[in-house]
Amino acid sequence: MNYDEYDRGILKLVQGDIPLESRPFSNIAQSMNISEEDILERVQNLLKKGTIRRWGAVLRHQQAGFTTNAMVAWKASSEQSDAAGCIMAGFKEVSHCYIREVPDEFGYNMFSMIHARNDLELKGIIARISEQTGLMDFVVIKSLREFKKASMEYIKGED
Amino acid sequence: MTVLDKTDRAILDIMQNDFPVAIQPYLEIAKVLGTDESEVLSRVRNMKDSGLIRRIGGILDSRKLGFYSTLCALTVPEEQIEKVAAAINLIPGVTHNYLRDHDYNIWFTLTAPSREAAMQTLQELETFLGIKIINMPNQKVYKIKVSFDMGV
Repeated sequence: MNYDEYDRGILKLVQGDIPLESRPFSNIAQSMNISEEDILERVQNLLKKGTIRRWGAVLRHQQAGFTTNAMVAWKASSEQSDAAGCIMAGFKEVSHCYIREVPDEFGYNMFSMIHARNDLELKGIIARISEQTGLMDFVVIKSLREFKKASMEYIKGED
Repeated sequence: MTVLDKTDRAILDIMQNDFPVAIQPYLEIAKVLGTDESEVLSRVRNMKDSGLIRRIGGILDSRKLGFYSTLCALTVPEEQIEKVAAAINLIPGVTHNYLRDHDYNIWFTLTAPSREAAMQTLQELETFLGIKIINMPNQKVYKIKVSFDMGV
């Protein structure tokens, strides 16, 4: 994991909010004493490496009309999980899908985040996922209140 | 919810899925949509002011940066929810923290420079709260994508 001071400077900027102006990278280029083209080439590389996993606008889903957002946790055996994971990932309403290490007392090891416009739509999506994956045992864990939602500050400091 | 017209939706679609890596990204978007840069910038500014656009930038991959991240949950008595949520919010590596409809009623994500650092934070939090926290790191990722279908 080698990132030089330029990469670190770029990651520090893009982990937050880049300036909303015609040339968003002109300030950082000036302060690092390299060209905007150099910055963009490095951004391309970081995208290629996957260090920057997504690029562009991050929306607030409630305001995009997706007001019913649920975490659904499923019980999937090790034989079921890969096939089920691929099926779930194919649903455009599913934004995240993971297998997690969970304590036995909880037991639901496959997690999906589902975004819907209302309860009825949510129920329909869950039913389709259940039918297509064959996973019958699940729990819908709705969010009642958001206490915090922030983007991670990976790179800190004044540099 | 903000009322979006066709052009707004097209801009959001591009900005979520194909944001140009360019010196003047909004000029590139304007070219695709057959409008001009200032029009795109002013529409984006409106959607940011309204709160629909949270931010513009990159989502970084925590693992590629050597970070450890995990999902945690705990059961908090009703009367302690505010206090506990506030204590969790104070931890810098906590990026999401929600009250949820389950016996485990507070769920948060924690990202830390290493597994050890995360475990230490969780242990300190458990001691401070006097409540057991379950730790559920991911073992396998099938999908991480947060872009919303704008119906373009």
